[in-house]
Amino acid sequence: MSADYVLETQNLIKEFKGFTAVDDVSLKIQRGHIHALIGPNGAGKTTVFNLLTKFLTPTSGRILYNGHDITSLQSAAIARKGVVRSFQISAVFPHLSVLENVRIALQRKEGNSFHFWKSEKVLDKLNDRAVELLESVGLGNFAGAKTVDLSYGHKRALEIATTLALEPELMLLDEPTQGMGHEDVDVVADLIKKVSKDRTILMVEHNLHVVSKLADQITVLQRGAILTEGDYETVSADPRVQEAYLGVAVEENGA
Amino acid sequence: MKISKLSIVLLGVALVAPFVMYPVLLMKILCFALFASAFNLLLGFVGLLSFGHAIFLGTGGYVTGYLVMNSGLSPLLGILAGTAAAAALGAVYGKLSVKREGIYFAMVTLALAQLMFFVFLQAPFTGGENGLQGIPRGFLFGFIDLSDNLNMYYFVLAIFLFGFWVINRTIHSPFGQVLKAIRENEPRATSLGYNVNDYKWAAFVISAALSGLAGSTKTLVFQLASLTDVHWHMSGEVVLMTLVGGMGTIFGPLVGAAAIVGLQNFLSGGELGNYVHIIMGLIFIVCVLAFRSGIVGEIQKIVKRNFS
Ligand SMILES: Nc1ncnc2c1ncn2[C@@H]1O[C@H](COP(=O)(O)OP(=O)(O)O)[C@@H](O)[C@H]1O
Ligand SMILES: [Mg+2]
Repeated sequence: MSADYVLETQNLIKEFKGFTAVDDVSLKIQRGHIHALIGPNGAGKTTVFNLLTKFLTPTSGRILYNGHDITSLQSAAIARKGVVRSFQISAVFPHLSVLENVRIALQRKEGNSFHFWKSEKVLDKLNDRAVELLESVGLGNFAGAKTVDLSYGHKRALEIATTLALEPELMLLDEPTQGMGHEDVDVVADLIKKVSKDRTILMVEHNLHVVSKLADQITVLQRGAILTEGDYETVSADPRVQEAYLGVAVEENGA
Repeated sequence: MKISKLSIVLLGVALVAPFVMYPVLLMKILCFALFASAFNLLLGFVGLLSFGHAIFLGTGGYVTGYLVMNSGLSPLLGILAGTAAAAALGAVYGKLSVKREGIYFAMVTLALAQLMFFVFLQAPFTGGENGLQGIPRGFLFGFIDLSDNLNMYYFVLAIFLFGFWVINRTIHSPFGQVLKAIRENEPRATSLGYNVNDYKWAAFVISAALSGLAGSTKTLVFQLASLTDVHWHMSGEVVLMTLVGGMGTIFGPLVGAAAIVGLQNFLSGGELGNYVHIIMGLIFIVCVLAFRSGIVGEIQKIVKRNFS
């Protein structure tokens, strides 16, 4: 038997009005790995995430999750199967409390989410678990705070805690360290390392330092297509990658 | 805690009010307060602006009026039937509209409501332009004479309290938590595994049913069901009431309904009667430009600033 793959795409294509954003992408995500998806801006990374979670419908191609074809499932159903994504812009519920943010995720499995005749107090029994999750991402002291008041780094940590509440088998993180200062970047990177213990993570990441530290496997996208794949040493030594990706990255940092 | 003390005071006021003010005006305010609260459940807590909500108010009214008049249904059963009819219409219209976003949702709800408006205009059993007149109020439980305004008032108050309780419970329920999450960040709610359209639909049906309850009750109060209640003007009025009072607040729609109904009543008696629509329009503009959070919303801000 070859390696065990959680997720596989076969010849995934997404066209927008004659423009191909994702071009024949066949990905294999090995179970237990942190798999990084890198590439210049506009390469199609976020679009791949949108296809995997059905926020966009592929023009053609298949998506297999644990060997089952999930190409025709809807977003919410894919999430319920265990593939949970974050968004490039931080995805929190700003006017709910920090605790409520996590509780919303825990609540789903309770099966009472349509019960409009019950008091929300029935959700209090989830508080301990919610606080536990908040503590695991270093937000234990913020449970009662309003989410809008959190710093950017804390919001991203809250997002991870909320995602973890669903105990996803596969976590998709879209640029989790984007727009952060150095200290926050390291905190979030350590956090990702920590939560990767019993699960698989596919992440889009621009920060190559983070990628080199975390990723077991890297896929480089360019203009919607896979340029190359491999571990950090292999990929970073590839002259095409240096030209296509690192060149752009250097320019970006200089700008 | 503050809210519940306030509720007790308000309840006390509501119980003695008919001895101080004209009961029919008070009943009108209660019916519109319930209607606006039901509308606010969608606008304020799910973020859906329905621009055809009068159709549920009016459907409740017509069905109740027709059955009480022609089938001899008791007032309570008549109201139940009207509410059920509005809920059923809401179930269909909700299915057709909740998939749309923003302005498209508003347009679809308006179009569907207009469709039903023409049905009520043309159908033989609605009395066309005249509407249904002289609908008997009847006897509650067979022995409480509702033609007595005071009896009717307490009946209406009880219905209002029930409807208002349902809305509050919905907002503060596990279901309400999901609604708030959808309002705050719909894609995130989806990515947590919630089928957001199913939740929006359920909220739509609850809102339609309670709007129907308000309309059914109003029909018995005025002994009249007419096209006014299904007209798009009425759909606009409930938007106005909710915005003036404060959308997304519990008491906003009550204050808004009391303010608008009170003002209309005041104006229609005086020389300004011809300018009602212009004055309402001006209030709308002022609200949207200067008092985004409405009367209750502004008060909450002041309280927060000074006491916390
Ligand atoms: N919904 C859409 N409609 C049209 N074009 C889109 C859409 N989403 C993304 N694109 C285009 O697809 C390309 C890839 O975008 P994206 O996946 O966001 O890139 P990345 O995340 O790698 O920076 C870009 O050129 C973008 O403009
Ligand atoms: Mg992107």
